[in-house]
Amino acid sequence: MDLLELRDITFRANGKYILNGLSLTVRYNEVHALLGTNGTGKSTLAYLIMGCSGYKPSSGEILFEGKKINELTLYERAKLGICLAWQEPVRFEGISVRDYISVHNKDIDPAPFLELVGLHPELYLDREVDKTLSGGERKRIELASVLALNPKLAILDEPDSGIDMLSTDDIIRVIEMFKKSGSSVLLITHREEIALISDRASQLCGGRIFYSGEPERVAEMFKSRRCLICDGEVCKDERD
Amino acid sequence: MKEIDELISYTGKTGFEPSVLSDSETAHLVIKAHRVLSYRETEGVKMEARESPDGVELLLSIKEGWKIKKPIHLCFGLLHRRGTQRIKLKALLEKGSSAKFIAHCIFPNAEEVTHIMDADIRVGQDAMMMYSETHYHGVSSGAVVKPKAVVKAERNSRYYTEFNLRDGLVGDLELDYQVLAEEESIVELTAKVFGHKRDQIKIKEGITLKGMNARGLIKTRVALEGNAQAEVIGITEGMAEGARGHVDCMEVVKDNATARAIPVVRVTHPKAKVTHEAAIGSIDRKQLETLMAHGLSPEEAVDTIVKGILR
Repeated sequence: MDLLELRDITFRANGKYILNGLSLTVRYNEVHALLGTNGTGKSTLAYLIMGCSGYKPSSGEILFEGKKINELTLYERAKLGICLAWQEPVRFEGISVRDYISVHNKDIDPAPFLELVGLHPELYLDREVDKTLSGGERKRIELASVLALNPKLAILDEPDSGIDMLSTDDIIRVIEMFKKSGSSVLLITHREEIALISDRASQLCGGRIFYSGEPERVAEMFKSRRCLICDGEVCKDERD
Repeated sequence: MKEIDELISYTGKTGFEPSVLSDSETAHLVIKAHRVLSYRETEGVKMEARESPDGVELLLSIKEGWKIKKPIHLCFGLLHRRGTQRIKLKALLEKGSSAKFIAHCIFPNAEEVTHIMDADIRVGQDAMMMYSETHYHGVSSGAVVKPKAVVKAERNSRYYTEFNLRDGLVGDLELDYQVLAEEESIVELTAKVFGHKRDQIKIKEGITLKGMNARGLIKTRVALEGNAQAEVIGITEGMAEGARGHVDCMEVVKDNATARAIPVVRVTHPKAKVTHEAAIGSIDRKQLETLMAHGLSPEEAVDTIVKGILR
């Protein structure tokens, strides 16, 4: 049994198919990279798995540890062990970094998690998770908070994007920590070099998984794709 | 129970630490209804109080050059279910002095209680005043509270004030603070209020940046639920070269609550600059979902966000 199984997922918004017959699995303690260009529905897929408001499959099943979770709320899914690190994490006024990282468990020490994402605890623990943080700092804190949760499945939505993005080494260190603690990771990215650190990879194209397999093979296919922005039309014949 | 003990028994809601009353190095003043129950002056701190039929007239002053290390605690309370307390306060921080005031305003049994604070404050040249007040109005929604202050911040002075009403019901609140900021002075006015049920909240704060390079910030945070209503007016006027002002208002509403924000910015000098931002809305969905993804229930997530805004 896989940890996560998506069966023939379709999602429509404003009369348009964003995901169309998507199937994907994430195994226990696996790092699975999901590669796709902008606009292919990577973040939509993350929101569907997490159960965000307005994101419910038009058809298809989402199974977590063999149990269908389509009807569960976001909170119920979080309780099962699913967590999402948003591509652009939201800011909070009046909540310190210390409180944010330990929001689910006041007894944990947030400092080691900050160190893992390359931030000095003494400089950050008492700062607020607000607009005074740069985009990169906020992303690192989000990753630290997800690490502190020790989820069964961490969905990381483009941790490598942004002006002051995390370096590949930073991401590798974080991913290794997830693996070490027994988590599975769905690593969403559009950078093939990031996908190479995964155990398995999939390429999303035109609302479907175009190919799943060895990261090197998927990265190579993604690199040599013929479309810059994927609309599913260019690859259509190859896929079918 | 002694009157002062009875009053102090309610002050936990406002964070009051009773031990300050016995600390010989800490100035304090405790007023219950129309009577002064306790006060202590310390070096550099002078207090005069005159009881009147419905309140107390106060004169507080900090002598020139004195830096008062320990906060001065003020406690204004009315424990009756009905009644009026009128406080007329005149405060003067003389040149080069500094002091922090922590005020506790307690009306825990208010059914028909009116508290009127009429303050006339002068912060002298190079002086610094911090005034933090925390209110508790009980759970009957029967308080009518009208804090009013007219403040003059003289050259190169600092004036910071924070009004907090986060526990219990508000009742009717009409806050009106007006500050005149002279050359090189810095003024910050902060108000944080949580309204419930049928609470009525009116907050009007104004800073007139009259002097060159004067700085002013008005920051208001209001959370509302039930049928509570709030109107927040923040006025900043830039009248001199280099004057800089900002009005920052955030109101979060739930249920049938309604909120209104009116930021007013006026600039009458070409080298002055005043900016404003106002946000009114329900709890941010992405904030909620982020906290729920971290394992908080929807109720816990809302509570965490509101507490953060009002912190």
